[in-house]
Amino acid sequence: MPVLWIVVIVVVLAVVGFVMGRMRALHSAGEDRRSLHSLPNYYGFNVAMFTAVPALLLLLVWMVAQPLIVNTRVSAEIPEALLDGSNMSLVMSDVRRVADGLDTAIAQGALSARQAANIDLQTTDLREVLGSVGVALGSSVDPATLNAAQTYRGMTSTGDLAMTVLVLLAAIAGFAFAYLRTNKDFRARNTVEKGVRVLLIAAASIAILTTIGIVLSLVFNTIEFFRLYPITDFFFGTTWSPSFGGGSELGILPLLWGTLYISLVALLVAVPIGLFAAVYLSEYATKSVRGVVKPLLEVLAGIPTIVYGLFALLTVGPFLLSIFGANGPTAAMADGGWMHAGTAVMTAGLVMGIMLIPFVSSLSDDIINAVPQSLRDGSYGLGATKSETIKQVILPAALPGIVGAVLLATSRAIGETMIVVLGAGAAARLSMNPFDAMTTVTAKIVSQLTGDADFASPEALVAFALGMTLFVLTLGLNIFALYIVRKYREQYE
Amino acid sequence: MSDATQHGAGQPATRSLHHLDARTKRRNASEKRFKALGIGAIGIGLAFLVILLVTIVSNGATAFQQTFVEVPVYLDAAKLDKKGNRDPEDLKKATTFTYKPLIEKALLDAVEKSGATTDLAKAKDMKNLISASAASQVRDAVLADPSLIGTTVDFKILASSRVDSYLKGRVHRDEIAKDKNITVAQLDLVDQLRDAGIIHKGFNWAFIFGADASDSRAEQAGIGISMLGSFYMMLVVLVLALPIGVAASIYLEEFAPKNRFTDLIEVNISNLAAVPSIVFGILGLAVFIQFAHLPQSAPLVGGLVLTLMTLPTIIISTRAALKAVPPSIRDAALGVGASKMQSVFHHVLPLAMPGILTGTIIGLAQALGETAPLLLIGMVGYIATNSPDGFLDGFVSPNSAMPAQIYEWAKRADPAFYERAWGGIIILLIFLLGMNIIAIILRRKFERRW
Repeated sequence: MPVLWIVVIVVVLAVVGFVMGRMRALHSAGEDRRSLHSLPNYYGFNVAMFTAVPALLLLLVWMVAQPLIVNTRVSAEIPEALLDGSNMSLVMSDVRRVADGLDTAIAQGALSARQAANIDLQTTDLREVLGSVGVALGSSVDPATLNAAQTYRGMTSTGDLAMTVLVLLAAIAGFAFAYLRTNKDFRARNTVEKGVRVLLIAAASIAILTTIGIVLSLVFNTIEFFRLYPITDFFFGTTWSPSFGGGSELGILPLLWGTLYISLVALLVAVPIGLFAAVYLSEYATKSVRGVVKPLLEVLAGIPTIVYGLFALLTVGPFLLSIFGANGPTAAMADGGWMHAGTAVMTAGLVMGIMLIPFVSSLSDDIINAVPQSLRDGSYGLGATKSETIKQVILPAALPGIVGAVLLATSRAIGETMIVVLGAGAAARLSMNPFDAMTTVTAKIVSQLTGDADFASPEALVAFALGMTLFVLTLGLNIFALYIVRKYREQYE
Repeated sequence: MSDATQHGAGQPATRSLHHLDARTKRRNASEKRFKALGIGAIGIGLAFLVILLVTIVSNGATAFQQTFVEVPVYLDAAKLDKKGNRDPEDLKKATTFTYKPLIEKALLDAVEKSGATTDLAKAKDMKNLISASAASQVRDAVLADPSLIGTTVDFKILASSRVDSYLKGRVHRDEIAKDKNITVAQLDLVDQLRDAGIIHKGFNWAFIFGADASDSRAEQAGIGISMLGSFYMMLVVLVLALPIGVAASIYLEEFAPKNRFTDLIEVNISNLAAVPSIVFGILGLAVFIQFAHLPQSAPLVGGLVLTLMTLPTIIISTRAALKAVPPSIRDAALGVGASKMQSVFHHVLPLAMPGILTGTIIGLAQALGETAPLLLIGMVGYIATNSPDGFLDGFVSPNSAMPAQIYEWAKRADPAFYERAWGGIIILLIFLLGMNIIAIILRRKFERRW
């Protein structure tokens, strides 16, 4: 039975449960609402909750667990010979494809269920049969693959049947349990509220689950990568040249260098502009100027990064090339110009800096505003001008917070993807020239994981190690920045 | 002040306070400089914004115009329906290769009739002027209505992307020496045909509602299908992130005891808000595609990833909205005998709803423009040409999304796609602007000062 139908049946049962539970409660009180412990609706909700929640939870767990169990069982059956020159995940995807193909063929009437169960590869060309129902196979079906596919189908259909029966049983059992408990003295509201509370806790725990998911998916694949590629070569290698034919050199240093260089350029643009803007807005600007300028600057933060990426690639890159390139006015200073292509550290850094301006200015603005007015008044009272007060009193007082803001901006810059994918270039190199094309950790994660790469090769798995590095780096920066900001805030509260 | 003490008490000041000494002048100048720096910084920031917007509009506006060729095509029965029975099955056997010469011939006839002077005298010479999509457009019209065969029908077909670029000023005569897709003689003819009204520009509805096209047909590419993909993703995000986010915020703000578990959740939420979006893409790839075997490139998977990404944003703004509801409301509810749960769900939540919706819309806007995670779950490199068959299929059938489509166009070799990418950005920004305006209106209309 399709999952959708199971869900519909459970929901219908729950609705029926609501109505019946409510009626039973009212009936037990002799149709007198006042002698019930809770409002009548709570009795209904109680039955509905016991019907739907355990059943749907079981359904969810089953749907996650069944493919896992079936996969391990089937892959244990696959003979070693089939793995020759290939790997488990590819073979398993073949098996799944054949199994799904057979099911599709039965659904479309190209094969009967009995035929599908007893296919003889000598007499039928399975590839052609499946092709006729729209399932394209790369090569002819191997007997071992077919065997595994049949096991897979068998286990899946048994599992599906068991799931349907058990889920519906759970729904009915919950229904009966809650229905029979319903009488006028039953504390329905308390039970329902306990249930809702559990649901609320579950929703809040999704944040933890997400973090666990991120960490697990990074850690497992990273360990897998380090099994195939030495860890020291990854962290200390100075060459990045992946080749899917083998013999790749996957050193992270050129990528880290590119990342930090671009972030540095971005911060050199964003921090002075953002900081001065924040100082002006919080100390000098009239209320009406502030009311107009602040939202306008924040528009820069609301623009999607793909827009900045395109801006870097198609506008800023060619513009810089016309100045610093081979035909530009500066070409005479360097042999053939500093810049050879539109994509460069400078291009990406400049555009990323623009993106970060509102980030720096908003955070600094908040921090400067949090400096107590008494400090300003004291400084003015001593005869200092406004700018002297800012330079000698407010900025030193706000410094920890501003450092925190800059660190947060750095973490943003390091994790930024679209601008560097489009604007920084694809070549990994260790160079000091800001007009050279370089690449970053995030750009390489994208390039190693898009396309038809085989997920078991070190060239694809390296992306997870890069992701892990990125995650640890940004997390460290964030925690450090929040620590600084928090410590500073406590001083004045 | 310092001057006065130096002169000693009792002695009258020799100079007026209105006369500025060198030091005061220096200090005032420094004050002015500092202020100018601030204004300069704001000016630069705003200038960047203006440059960005002007670039987007000036590069993208042309994507909404497209060059069309109006030409009467004689649908030759001898070629299209050799058996002469108008049987739809037989008509289908005539491929676009059969239609192509008819259209080229028709255009040549139109050229001769318009009195244009040109050396191009063969039907083949017209090939570069019209889009490769013209043949299938005519074929579809014939298959839809076989009675057209044997008559002359006026068609409005797309001009080729080179002709379009020429009329928009991107392709110049002196740059096309090596271009095998267009010749100078053809461009001369285009000029004459434009004056004769056969070639003209029109509003490009196909760009907004149409499907993406392959690398060689820039003139045909549209963003419509990927817009649909984005729509399905936003639906997933809304349906999942709003209830989960609100439930989590209610727990944290109203019920959570102060203990380690609560702290753990809080730390996790604030950290997730700062995790780079690409890491969520890795999570989606590893968990939803490798582990759970959900289909690649499906809006469902994209929506799930974006849900996880926007949850922290929604939770943070929802908590702020809940916090803004004064405690007196809760106390009053509890005082008349409501349970804690009732006070929250019946009183606090409805009052916080405008704030929650505002936060959700802003979270959705953020998710709509996000690209990086979508790259990892296979939403690029895929040409979004087919609209899904039905509502549920839309969640699982491969599709693109607006930002992914823009990225895809930016990567293609033909510069004609750049115009589409900018145009796509205009559409994307209009959506974002709309969402933000709705959020602002909601806030203005329902905001309450307690």
